[in-house]
Amino acid sequence: MNQMLLSRKAACNIHGQDSSYFLGWQEYEKNPYDPITNPTGIIQMGLAENQLCFDLIESWLENHPDPAAFKKDGALLFRELALFQDYHGLPAFKRALAKYMGEVRGNKVAFDPNRLVLTAGATSANETLMFCLAEPGEAFLLPTPYYPGFDRDLKWRTGAEIVPIHCSSSNGFRITKPALEAAYQDAQKRSLRVKGVLVTNPSNPLGTTLTRHELDILVDFVVSKDIHLISDEIYSGTNFDSPGFISIAEATKDRNNVSHRIHIVCSLSKDLGLPGFRVGAIYSENEAVVSAATKMSSFGMVSSQTQYLLAALLSDKEFTDKYLLENQKRLKERHDMLVEGLRRIGIGCLKGSAALFCWVDMRHLLKSNTFKGEMELWKKIVYQVGLNISPGSSCHCDEPGWFRVCFANMSEDTLTLAMQRLKSFVDSGDCGSNHDSGHQRPRKTFLTKWVLRLSSTDRKSER
Amino acid sequence: MGIPGDEILSRVATGDGHGENTSYFDGWKAYDNDPFHPIHNPNGVIQMGLAENQLCLDLMRDWIRKNPQASICTKEGVSEFEAIANFQDYHGLPDFRKAIAKFMEKARGGRARFDPERIVMSGGATGAQETIAFCLANPGDAFLIPTPYYPAFDRDFRWRTGVQLLPIRCHSHDNFKITEAELAAAYRKARDSKIRVKGILITNPSNPLGTTMDRETLRTLVRFANEERIHLVCDEIFSGTVFDGPEYVSVAEILQEDPSTCDGDLIHIVYSLSKDLGVPGFRVGIIYSYNDAVVSCARRMSSFGLVSTQTQLLLASMLGDDDFTTDLLAESRRRLMHRHRAFTAGLEGVGIRCLQSNAGLFCWMSLKPLLKDATAEGEAELWRVIVNEVKLNISPGSSFHCTEPGWFRACFANMDEETMETALRRIRTFVRRANDAATAAKTKKRWDTSLRLSLPRRFEEMTVLTPRLMSPRSPLVQAAT
Repeated sequence: MNQMLLSRKAACNIHGQDSSYFLGWQEYEKNPYDPITNPTGIIQMGLAENQLCFDLIESWLENHPDPAAFKKDGALLFRELALFQDYHGLPAFKRALAKYMGEVRGNKVAFDPNRLVLTAGATSANETLMFCLAEPGEAFLLPTPYYPGFDRDLKWRTGAEIVPIHCSSSNGFRITKPALEAAYQDAQKRSLRVKGVLVTNPSNPLGTTLTRHELDILVDFVVSKDIHLISDEIYSGTNFDSPGFISIAEATKDRNNVSHRIHIVCSLSKDLGLPGFRVGAIYSENEAVVSAATKMSSFGMVSSQTQYLLAALLSDKEFTDKYLLENQKRLKERHDMLVEGLRRIGIGCLKGSAALFCWVDMRHLLKSNTFKGEMELWKKIVYQVGLNISPGSSCHCDEPGWFRVCFANMSEDTLTLAMQRLKSFVDSGDCGSNHDSGHQRPRKTFLTKWVLRLSSTDRKSER
Repeated sequence: MGIPGDEILSRVATGDGHGENTSYFDGWKAYDNDPFHPIHNPNGVIQMGLAENQLCLDLMRDWIRKNPQASICTKEGVSEFEAIANFQDYHGLPDFRKAIAKFMEKARGGRARFDPERIVMSGGATGAQETIAFCLANPGDAFLIPTPYYPAFDRDFRWRTGVQLLPIRCHSHDNFKITEAELAAAYRKARDSKIRVKGILITNPSNPLGTTMDRETLRTLVRFANEERIHLVCDEIFSGTVFDGPEYVSVAEILQEDPSTCDGDLIHIVYSLSKDLGVPGFRVGIIYSYNDAVVSCARRMSSFGLVSTQTQLLLASMLGDDDFTTDLLAESRRRLMHRHRAFTAGLEGVGIRCLQSNAGLFCWMSLKPLLKDATAEGEAELWRVIVNEVKLNISPGSSFHCTEPGWFRACFANMDEETMETALRRIRTFVRRANDAATAAKTKKRWDTSLRLSLPRRFEEMTVLTPRLMSPRSPLVQAAT
């Protein structure tokens, strides 16, 4: 194939789909677990989906047949919906979405539907914001570890760059002022003009929420550098535990003159578990951003059929109240099940309170404290143990040995089986733990800073 | 233009590349401010600038009523809800791809075969065009495009991609067909300016012309692309709207009839359901490429504009219903032909000529006789009168990059028959008044000449035309209504 025929974008690798994150998916696709037809297949723990609450939505649909069947008061609305291609979106849907966003944030802030831009998923929202805020070659700072898909969404077709804000396990991967400054300097050294910071809150892959302090230093930082702050809050409805979720909207509501640089991304793919419907949105108080992004949304709008259905669903306060509570409850139960299951194997996690996964510490299982060691361990877990989990390196983590493990996209039985498989693997000693005691010491001194739950028997295998 | 907060945005965001400050969209704004409604606003602006197909929505609505299982949200279909809502694979639902491929074959009378594995989704044809540009060209590269062309290509193909569009001039004396001479000239001109041409973009059937491309011209284009080793992107979005002869020829057929004529790696089709089915709200765009690497790349890029699975399921079911699609296509063509004939006959009745066409949702009409000046300004002036006083939003040829002033595109499939009749009545009134005014001005001129008054130059230049045509330079166009 003559590569010159295509564009550079087509020929390059920035879309990142040759990375381990996606390779794990491919392996799963070739050999997917099924309790009956393929019980030894690979269990998908690399996909952050929320499959815990479909029954709630299904029962709502059964009780509200009208919106489902394109009807309003019995009359078929098919024609109107089929023709509706206004990129401002269905007003009823934006109103419902704005209301829902407020509810997810405990109604501590209200959202104006006119400041919403609908996009085909958060994937499209993030790319669109990059097109609006950065020239090709300009950079956004992102705390590591971060969602692997950002390499595609933020950089691929936009030509923008990502410069990492290094976060470490030493303080629970929190964002610090020195780290922000260091990242900014790194960008300068690379002659990259920084246009903003992008954070995911709740965090993917950490499963933690940003503290008020972190939010404040972020805002101070972007103000001092005169740059933007994008807050990807697509997991906002998956907060299931304390300390609770604070939106950037809440953190800035009493601050003057910052709203024009704050932009929020949301989606219904995680909260409601509807990734197939491609519903994303940008929320900004910056008129110019809303205006430009709205025009760009022509390239990826939300199907009017879907807008209509979800307008009805989300404007039903009784439903959304019940859903948010029940969703949190089920997520917490499932999360706790995973954490406990790992604990019994001597594996700890970063203490998480949101999202659909745990950030799991398998450093003690590495043969060598290197990314090569991490890859070796990952391959064993995918091919031998049959679990597709995501290695920290695919999330640009600085330290080898961390893995993202999803828990909300499978049944309880499947999760139990996954833990059994992992236990067998660890017990067999096949993983090859780290014999170099020198590497053990530093980790243990930080035990007080985050929770590492180990039983006394497990401590022995750690050495 | 400074919108508050735009100082810290990119050039792409603050520039005019979205094209929404052009006349094409001005007419829309006039309509939005004063939209026609038969009961609530009978004197409002009639929207004739939107190429929508509203003629067969009743057939689809009836199908939906009879097929509740096609919706995941009905009692009959809710069992599929979880699987569908959760499905985000960018390959799309297999049944959806199969149904699209089958429908595309049917729209081409079964003369072309389409492989479902090559069907790639996008956010409408808008998203498809942009994606294809991203796949095939680097910033600064160019595609050649015959004029006149759909205005929004300037946005779709160029805005965020940095790719250029360079015109292949087409002229009314050729019925706006692409000639080899003009094609070669455009290519040479680009090369002389050191611009790298990556391909040619055509729309077949044509927007705004409403014509289908003849086999010879298609072969010429394919041959040219092959010889120069550049791409040929064919937007076939109106392929299902061909209501009359000559028979439609898709580029797929050219490739099929003799695969050796061209390297398939250079041929790409853009498609959508927005025109054939009239469902622009569902955002169904399709890229069909014969180039494996493009299929692969476009599929990855489709993450930025996938079709909602709720919609995929509905359409997979609808388009998978063979009997239904056969009837739908046939009925759609019949209704379009009927509407086209009624509209063009109505125009002919007041001496307005349309380019002979056999497809699309509009006609390309010549209002040259009504122009004060046969210039772009003259066209713009006439257009303002038609929008603001005759209250019809039709689209001026200049917005389509037409090189000859006086051509306008008028859409006829986005309204019911009564509204079309109202539009024709307004046109008749306008033309007759203008004719009367022209005649009166001519009479006045004779008197004035005999009185030896000195007149402005334009009166002296007025030519006498048949009663059915207006003076091209009548100063009374503005006073016509």
